[in-house]
Amino acid sequence: MIEIKDLHKSYKMGSNSLHVLKGINFSCKEGELVAIMGSSGSGKSTLLNILGMLDEADEGEYILDGIPIKNLNETKAANYRNKFLGFIFQSFNLINYKTALENVALPLYYQKMPRKQRQEKALKYLEQVGLKEWSHHLPSELSGGQKQRVAIARAMVAEPKVLLADELTGALDSTTSYEVMDLIQKINDQGNTILVVTHEPDIAQMCKRIIHLKDGVIVKDEKVKQVRATANV
Amino acid sequence: MFDLERWQEIFDTIRKNKLRTFLTGVSVASGIFMLVILLGFGEGMQNGIAYEFEQDATTIVEVWPGVTTKEFKGLNPGRRIQLRNDNYNSSNSLFGDKIEYKSPLIFVQNVTVNYGKEALVYGVRGVSYDYQFIDNAKLAEGRFLNYLDEKNTGKVAIIGRKIKQDVFKSVDTPVGEFINISGVLFKIVGVFDEREEREEERIYIPVTTAQKVFNGADRISNISYTMPAVDNFDEAVVQAVAFKENLRSHLQQVHTVAPDDTSAIQVWSALEEAKRYFSLTGNIKFFFWFVGICTIIAGVVGVSNIMLIVVKERTREIGIRKALGAKPWSIVGMILHEAIFVTAISGFAGLIFSMGLLEIVGPYIEVDYVKNPSVNFNVALATVFVLILAGTIAGFFPAWRAANIHTIDALRDE
Repeated sequence: MIEIKDLHKSYKMGSNSLHVLKGINFSCKEGELVAIMGSSGSGKSTLLNILGMLDEADEGEYILDGIPIKNLNETKAANYRNKFLGFIFQSFNLINYKTALENVALPLYYQKMPRKQRQEKALKYLEQVGLKEWSHHLPSELSGGQKQRVAIARAMVAEPKVLLADELTGALDSTTSYEVMDLIQKINDQGNTILVVTHEPDIAQMCKRIIHLKDGVIVKDEKVKQVRATANV
Repeated sequence: MFDLERWQEIFDTIRKNKLRTFLTGVSVASGIFMLVILLGFGEGMQNGIAYEFEQDATTIVEVWPGVTTKEFKGLNPGRRIQLRNDNYNSSNSLFGDKIEYKSPLIFVQNVTVNYGKEALVYGVRGVSYDYQFIDNAKLAEGRFLNYLDEKNTGKVAIIGRKIKQDVFKSVDTPVGEFINISGVLFKIVGVFDEREEREEERIYIPVTTAQKVFNGADRISNISYTMPAVDNFDEAVVQAVAFKENLRSHLQQVHTVAPDDTSAIQVWSALEEAKRYFSLTGNIKFFFWFVGICTIIAGVVGVSNIMLIVVKERTREIGIRKALGAKPWSIVGMILHEAIFVTAISGFAGLIFSMGLLEIVGPYIEVDYVKNPSVNFNVALATVFVLILAGTIAGFFPAWRAANIHTIDALRDE
């Protein structure tokens, strides 16, 4: 599903440049649930941004489901993001004046799906995350866990090839975190490919594979025995 | 523009950001409102001044004598000048081609006027038959003085409508009634209308009668002329000023007055005066335009300001939308679409409201020199479009910049 070869990325900070990713090689197959771990500054967020086409690598290859991702302009990147990727952020990033339903339906708006169809589909995904009754509530009326579930529904609604989650439990307490991870695992069970960036070991243990990043290189790539989140709830 | 989905998205945004929309709308609507009202009043002032000058023929030139203030050819200052028939006739023959209507005017002094037992305290004036056109008097009943009255020193009189109302209440029409002016009976042959009541409190009799019956000899008090109408206003003013100067210097020569002694022979030209007023209204109009345009600029600045804040406020939202697959142009389109929609609606609201106000209230405004303020609809419409265009341009740059911020940076924006 994802293939990365010799990926380099550096940021210019005034006169000296900061080499963040120093040749990452990594591939992941369909249906995997991968945690990317590392301390802050290890380059894990940069890697996720490049995978999410929010940022572009200086060097190296990136192939997503057989499509080489290169020479992106904003329009092309927007198109790929819309079709191939679903994002889940630490800070939820819901639009605060739109209801849960409208938030979930937004990616479909950019696919030019008719309104009615959009709302039906959004409602279906809200139901999947258990928030059907909350569909007409504004984000401010939802709890943190509910917000993140809305965000997951939004990431899922366009049926992307890969879900990218950046510290998705970072703003949640542990009980809620496990609830959210339980949902992520269930989505993964349905065959979806999910990449989770985290620095919490217990969250990482709930994935099937952990990649350890340190100073811009992969230091360890291990398959782990998945801990089911339900056990902790 | 005709994408229904986009419209729904815009309406959603507007519905959920009422205050922001309201503020934008108010700043646009008030700009248009102010401009239209100001332009309306500029127009109203011009109408009002034109109206005031309509009362008398606008090409009128009047001459009246005064007292010399300068010693000239051995004659002392302080000499009172008296106009006579000779002056009138010689002026007429000298400047005949410049003159349309002419009339001498005599203020008949020391007479008493009676109708039956009632005393009439109104001024009596001796005038020529052309005076009707000079004074722009409209005849309500009967006729004005004519050539035969003047030739035969007819004992006929024309009275103003106010006198009719005050004195001749008991009869159907004063025409045919007789009034007694210091023992001489005059037959009323006409009643005239004027716009101002003050000018309706006058009795006109033939100038020849005034001289012969009331010891006038060949003395006259004033001379009035009108000049033939010229299409071009500026040319008319030039001609009027030239005529005025020539007439004055002729009369100064005849009366042995120093050429620079303007108080001995006074000449007044309505056109010259009108020009002064019209250039004043021109200036006032220009000033109103200036203020109006400043108001519009303030409106544009207000709109730009709000757009800037809107874009700033929505940076994070823009980042989210981009992460979900919005293309840069769709972001710019969304923001501009909203801006244009709000500006257009509130601009037209301001336009309709202010034009309606002018239409409804305008005709009832009764202030001197302001009459029927109104505004050219096309001009007003054009200003609305200018404002919309300016709002669009003002909104475009922040929107474009926001749409091109790196998505991650936009998402980090707090």
